[in-house]
Amino acid sequence: MQSPATQAGGSYWFIQGMRGIVSLPAFILFCSFVGFTGFAAESGIGRAEAVFMTGSVWALPAMVLLVTSALGNVALPAAFLTVTLSSIRLMPMVAALIPEIRTSKTRTIALLAVSHFVAVTAWVFTMERIQKVPPEHRLKFFAGFGITLTSCNMMIVGVGYSLVDALPPLAAGTLFFLTPIYFVTSIWASARDMAVYLAMIVGLVLAPLFHQVAPEFDILYTGIIGGTIAFGLERLIRARKAKSAGRAKS
Amino acid sequence: MNWDSLDAWWWPFLFIVVAGWIATDMWRWLGVLVGNRLRDDSALLIWVRSVATALVAAVIAKLIIYPNGTLADFPLWLRVGSAVIGFGVFLAAGSRRPWTGILTAIVLVVVGRLLTAG
Repeated sequence: MQSPATQAGGSYWFIQGMRGIVSLPAFILFCSFVGFTGFAAESGIGRAEAVFMTGSVWALPAMVLLVTSALGNVALPAAFLTVTLSSIRLMPMVAALIPEIRTSKTRTIALLAVSHFVAVTAWVFTMERIQKVPPEHRLKFFAGFGITLTSCNMMIVGVGYSLVDALPPLAAGTLFFLTPIYFVTSIWASARDMAVYLAMIVGLVLAPLFHQVAPEFDILYTGIIGGTIAFGLERLIRARKAKSAGRAKS
Repeated sequence: MNWDSLDAWWWPFLFIVVAGWIATDMWRWLGVLVGNRLRDDSALLIWVRSVATALVAAVIAKLIIYPNGTLADFPLWLRVGSAVIGFGVFLAAGSRRPWTGILTAIVLVVVGRLLTAG
């Protein structure tokens, strides 16, 4: 037996997800996309191409690299390689999100379809709020948010294309600064286990070091090595706690 | 085979589909297949979450330390200092109010930029 509230839930939770575009994370992403629009227009990418790129790629760092490759007359296979290496991070992000939004009845094809809308902002937003959504409606909640957020940003790029020249440098710089500050605070605020805090600290420290050694792969190395260090530390702390708890008992 | 190779209207779009769309979505689809096999509380999921968080941490550090565009004209000490102080305020204010730290960092970076620009 389903309760009336759960029956009504389907479209209700989709709309709750849509309402997420009126939120701090969505606002910050809009600001970042205004910044991207300026960059694309400056680089000579057409309006239609910039809008299409926003909807189809939907990952800001990948889009910046794609524009840079187009601009630098890089051959298609090399452009593919650059973009794809920068996007490996999407795999663990999606893999971490999937157990949060699926139930035993969720079809894989539906998960494949909504996975397109996973990017840093949608990931942070969803990991932060998903616990409050009933498990059977989480996929709809995420789809409502992801589809609306992507569509709005396509519109921002389309409309903003003619307007971005007017942006003063102080405002543009501050818009770019907003994104990392928002990411670090919201991930920290939404963390539910020690491993996330540790991974954040280790990652922030390792990234500039790896950037000196291997600038092309710094994000990838930081993720795999930093994440593994954080995981090891978490296991160690957990084992130590269990040990001292066991000793207290005996 | 680069962005300008063909003078057809559809060529840039095909370029975006191959080098942009497929290049990113293949990792998302792989993530679904991997995520579908992870149990909610397994150690493997904690490792995956740690790696994902460290990857995002690297993106954060790079956006602050090695930014593109106009943010690069802001002094490095100002960017890092504002971020660290903002994060400190966020920790002190409690994680229920993340905007306090965000606002602090933004105000510091704007004021600092106005002062250093002379």
